[in-house]
Amino acid sequence: MKSKNTSSRRKLKNSDSRIWKTPIGYKLYLPLVILFFYLPIVSLIVFSFNETNSLINFTGFSFKWYKSLFRNSTIMDALTTSLTIALISTVVSVILGTLGSIGLAYFSRKQKALKDMILMTNNIPVVSPDIVTAVSLMILFLGIGLNLGYVSMLLAHISFCTPYVVLAVYPKMSKLDKNLVEASMDLGATKTKSLFKVVLPELLPSILSGAMMAFTMSFDDFVISYFVGGSQVNISTYLYSLKKTNPAVNALSTIIILIVAAVLLISQFVQNRQSKKGLQAKDINGSDMRNNNLERKLVPNGCKQAIEVQKADDIMNVIDETENFIE
Amino acid sequence: MAFHNSSLSKKKISFRVKLNPFSFLTIPFLILLIFLVILPFFFVIFYSLSNIEDSTLIMTFDNFVKFLTDPSFWDKLWLSIYFAFMATLMCLIFGYPVAYFIARTRPKIRTIFVILITLPMWVNMLLRVIGLKSIMELVTSWFQNINPNFHIIGTDFAVIFGEVFVSIPFMIIPIYTQLLKLDPTLLEASKDLGNNSFKTFFKVTLPISMPGVISGITMVFLPAATSIVIPKYMGGGLPRYTLIGNLIENYFVKQSNYNQGAAMALIMTVVILAIIFVVKLFDRSEVKIQKTKKQSAKVQKGVVTNEK
Repeated sequence: MKSKNTSSRRKLKNSDSRIWKTPIGYKLYLPLVILFFYLPIVSLIVFSFNETNSLINFTGFSFKWYKSLFRNSTIMDALTTSLTIALISTVVSVILGTLGSIGLAYFSRKQKALKDMILMTNNIPVVSPDIVTAVSLMILFLGIGLNLGYVSMLLAHISFCTPYVVLAVYPKMSKLDKNLVEASMDLGATKTKSLFKVVLPELLPSILSGAMMAFTMSFDDFVISYFVGGSQVNISTYLYSLKKTNPAVNALSTIIILIVAAVLLISQFVQNRQSKKGLQAKDINGSDMRNNNLERKLVPNGCKQAIEVQKADDIMNVIDETENFIE
Repeated sequence: MAFHNSSLSKKKISFRVKLNPFSFLTIPFLILLIFLVILPFFFVIFYSLSNIEDSTLIMTFDNFVKFLTDPSFWDKLWLSIYFAFMATLMCLIFGYPVAYFIARTRPKIRTIFVILITLPMWVNMLLRVIGLKSIMELVTSWFQNINPNFHIIGTDFAVIFGEVFVSIPFMIIPIYTQLLKLDPTLLEASKDLGNNSFKTFFKVTLPISMPGVISGITMVFLPAATSIVIPKYMGGGLPRYTLIGNLIENYFVKQSNYNQGAAMALIMTVVILAIIFVVKLFDRSEVKIQKTKKQSAKVQKGVVTNEK
């Protein structure tokens, strides 16, 4: 099966060049698209080194906005809020989401309806537009008399991050061989021990990608924080509240962009090394698993769709397998 | 806690079903879902159906009636939907070729392009929009030397452009993942059977990428129709660009009029869900294609040999 796939892949390459002849325009078009993506980011970075506060004329090179950034206590406070909320909500949502997925995978067949209902509810915050989630959470907090502020923002972030963790962890958990857990218990492990020694190590990659999603979702969130944050300001709401341009913001964004780029490069480096260690991972379609994983990791918000597609794929595979089995 | 009890009672009723102790790990997650996902929904409905008059709570349909009979509200809603529709269309027109190219190129280049396209999504959306705005201001300042009346910000073009800028990766990535599945031999077969590349595209490539297109459309349309940030930054403060998201923002954050805001949010949700539902109807044609695809796969495998 696999060899067949690879041979067809080789054929694909040859045929590629033939089919590939037509769109010469791509050589112009794609760089334009990439330019379209990066020009605003580049301009942010360039003007963070500007001498004056103009975002249109570059008058001279200076670091003064970086100095003013670290002296600006409002920005620093907002940054602390964003970071602490992202960290706490990531930790809490990873714990809740992972435990939830493990539990869901152990629901018996008769409880399937309940399980499907839970998974459907889990999708609600993922699918609904931010503003709807924001409005409903804000009304909830007002209704139960919780003052809008740090706590409400944190609760809101936990509530919209957890579904992403479940979406990342549950598919892996449902495919996990339950016999492994039973075997470990037969060998004398307690339930907690088998959970920590067998289940969690197996789930670790998905937990990590779920955590990454949760962190970025929380750190980048604007609408929900804006509605439920009250007077509590995080980076996004601070940016939104700015009336005129302040290049210190550009300096901050330059730093954020550099950190993001560094994290991504490191994660790719680690992954490359791991794959060189001999993890010749191929997925069912025979394509390179490493690329797929990388892509999935790189699509923080696109994870919604990635998961949707993945789910559809899983269902299709199951159908195919059962059909093959029947035949 | 309620769920805990119900699952226990279930255990009593169907005695044979042994509840695995691991499934109790779901309880904290369930509590979260009940209190922060389901409960808020009922609160919204309750708020939208109630009003405070003379410091007493009354149940009323007034909030809904107010908006349903207000033509300016509908104007705003349709304008938002129009912008979202245009943005979705532009994302499709400009994003599809990108997805197609990336899917059809060599794996190494493919990875580089996917990274290049998804990397900006890690940067805070507001930052990117601020960057885009400053670029637009820069371009405007160039062109104003020629024509002093020239401006970009505060036009329909700017709003749609901004929405495309923010959400085009959501269109590219689903289509790309779907096109990856396209077996190039199918394209060759179609050409061998005498289709030109135009016909091949509409008969082979497009149907296969349809699920990606549909999920791309939902993922671009929903945020675009409800966006707060884009109209605010790209609209240049003109009243025309106070879209539905900004109206809801006004009711909740600025006026603290939660009852009417809740009603407005509900109406908007229903209208948008209806549109998404219509889009999803197109998805049904997909089932047929998947079936035929599977059959063709079987033909390839030699399982079905004499089926016509």
